[in-house]
Amino acid sequence: MAQRTHVRIPRRAGKGEIIHIKTKIDHPMESGRRLGQNGKPIPRNLIKKFFCLFNEREVFRADFDSGVAADPYLAFYFRATESGRFRLVWVAENGEKYDRSVTMEVV
Amino acid sequence: MEAKHPFQEALPGRRKVLLMCGRAFAASIPMLLLPCLAGASPRDAKKRLAALTNDVAVKKGRVTITLPKITDQGDFVPIKVAVESPMTEFDHVKAIHIVAERNPDPAVASYYLGPANGKAEISTRIRLVKTQVVVAAAVMSDGSIYVGKTHSKISTGAGGCG
Repeated sequence: MAQRTHVRIPRRAGKGEIIHIKTKIDHPMESGRRLGQNGKPIPRNLIKKFFCLFNEREVFRADFDSGVAADPYLAFYFRATESGRFRLVWVAENGEKYDRSVTMEVV
Repeated sequence: MEAKHPFQEALPGRRKVLLMCGRAFAASIPMLLLPCLAGASPRDAKKRLAALTNDVAVKKGRVTITLPKITDQGDFVPIKVAVESPMTEFDHVKAIHIVAERNPDPAVASYYLGPANGKAEISTRIRLVKTQVVVAAAVMSDGSIYVGKTHSKISTGAGGCG
């Protein structure tokens, strides 16, 4: 299955450097209001939560609603202090989870 | 440490309740008084914002929203919210809430930050169903709330209505 999650995190960072983390997930983010070809509403299908953990500690979290554009793109910042692994998790309203791990080395 | 924004000096000393703010603001922008209100009203959005922020009185300043002044792609509107903050253990942004006044569902997204972020700035893409004001509220670690607003025009053709 094609990778739905896209993540841009520098592989290496200086100690104390504030890095830019870019994330995106392919997802229609259907609000349940759009009408399909047959005139019936397309079922609601939303990603509701996003988590970013670093070395198993939560460092950033987001709640999405229907106002977030399809294929949700989200970029935020992180202060690099030690090497470790990022874990990014997207959770859909229907319980589906999407997981992505990226390691970063701090020099 | 906290520099007083010029706005704050000019404002009256009393703090406005969030719901009253919405009405005054809506009245000051003629474009928002369109009769075709298919989406929520600024009042609904303010109620939603008040619920998100526990009705704490808000301050102006520190929040900058970057949003296109006009776009014909209401489904993909890039937005950046930056909040001035040292992001230390004792002084940081805890949450940023984005509310779109005239979307059917005014609550767009909420972001929860901490000192680990280093910078209180998020970039994302949102949906705006019609021309409206977008509000971003930043909740600080000391409980204070700063609010910023920006207006965006969604044009469906060569500058038509809404």
